[in-house]
Amino acid sequence: MTLKAPGLKAIVTVMLKPGVLDPQGRAIGHALGNLGFAGIGEVRAGKVIELELAETDPVRAQAQAEEMARRLLANTVIESYAVRLAENI
Amino acid sequence: MRAGLVIFPGINRERDMAIALQRSTGHAPRMIWHRDTDLDGLDLVVLPGGFSHGDYLRCGAMAAQSPVMGAIRAHAARGGYVLGVCNGFQILTEAHLLPGALLRNAALRFLSMDCHLRVERADTAFTARWQPNDVFRAPMAHGDGNYFADDDTLDRLEGEGRVAFRYVAQDGTLDPRANRNGSARAIAGIYSENLRVLGLMPHPEDLVDPLLGGEDGKPLFDSIANALAA
Repeated sequence: MTLKAPGLKAIVTVMLKPGVLDPQGRAIGHALGNLGFAGIGEVRAGKVIELELAETDPVRAQAQAEEMARRLLANTVIESYAVRLAENI
Repeated sequence: MRAGLVIFPGINRERDMAIALQRSTGHAPRMIWHRDTDLDGLDLVVLPGGFSHGDYLRCGAMAAQSPVMGAIRAHAARGGYVLGVCNGFQILTEAHLLPGALLRNAALRFLSMDCHLRVERADTAFTARWQPNDVFRAPMAHGDGNYFADDDTLDRLEGEGRVAFRYVAQDGTLDPRANRNGSARAIAGIYSENLRVLGLMPHPEDLVDPLLGGEDGKPLFDSIANALAA
C-alpha cells in the first residue's frame, strides 16, 4: 500500500493557447474520422499533471500550484494552464 | 578564445560540436557538466543538440532549470557569447534567453534531411565570414523545430535585425516548401538583443569536413574564432 500525503491534490491542465497550431490534435481528429466518427470539429490535445501537495489550505495550495504551472509546467509563450484542487484520497 | 560545451543528460551532438569548434579555433572546448556552475574564463558557451532529459514535459524544459543555466544567464548578462543548436536553441527559449518557442513540426514528422539557410546579416560574431543573403546547406534533425512567437515579438525581431537565418530554397528565395517545419516567417535562428546569443535549429557543426560531404557550416565557427580571437 502506498501512503498518501495528507494534503490536497492539484490537477493542472496545460493546453496550447488558441491560435497556436496543434498538429497532434489535428492528427487525432483525422484518425477519429478514419474510424468512422463523423462531425468532429477541431481537436486539441494537452496534458494533465497531478500533484500531491502537503499543503492543506486550499487558497495556498491553489497559489502554489499556479506558481508551479507558470514557472515550469506550462510554457506561457505557447500554453495556458488551469489548476483544480481535489481531496487527496 | 576559450569555448565551453555544456553536457546535459540525453544530448548526443556534443562530439560533433567539439570537433567543429576545435577545427576553427584550434582549441578543444572545455566540457561542462550541467550541474557545474563555473564558466570562468570562457568567451563562448555552447549548448549542443540532442534530447536533454528525454524531452520530458517539453523539449529543453528540464535542462532550462539546470544549475548551469544560472551561470549561463550571468555569462550572457555580462556580454558573453552563447550558441545553442537544435535542443540547445530549445533550451535557450525555455530559459527565456531567447524569445519565442519551438513547437512540434507542423507536419508532425521528425525531419532528418538537409535544408538551405539564408544568412540574414553578416556583421555579427557568428556570421562575419559570410556575405549578407549567402545561402548555405545545413543538416537538420528535429521533431520540434517549428519556431513560434506572437506577431509583436516577430515584428520586433525583424525590426531589430535579430533574425539570424531563414529556411529558403537553394536559390535563396522564400518558399513554403523549403520551410519544412512550418516556422513563423521561415525563421531558423535568432539573436538576443546584443547579438551575442544565437539559437538555431539546423546543425552547421555537422558540415565542417569535406569527408562528411562539405564545409558549408564551417564559416559559422570560423566567424566565431575570428571575432573572439583576442
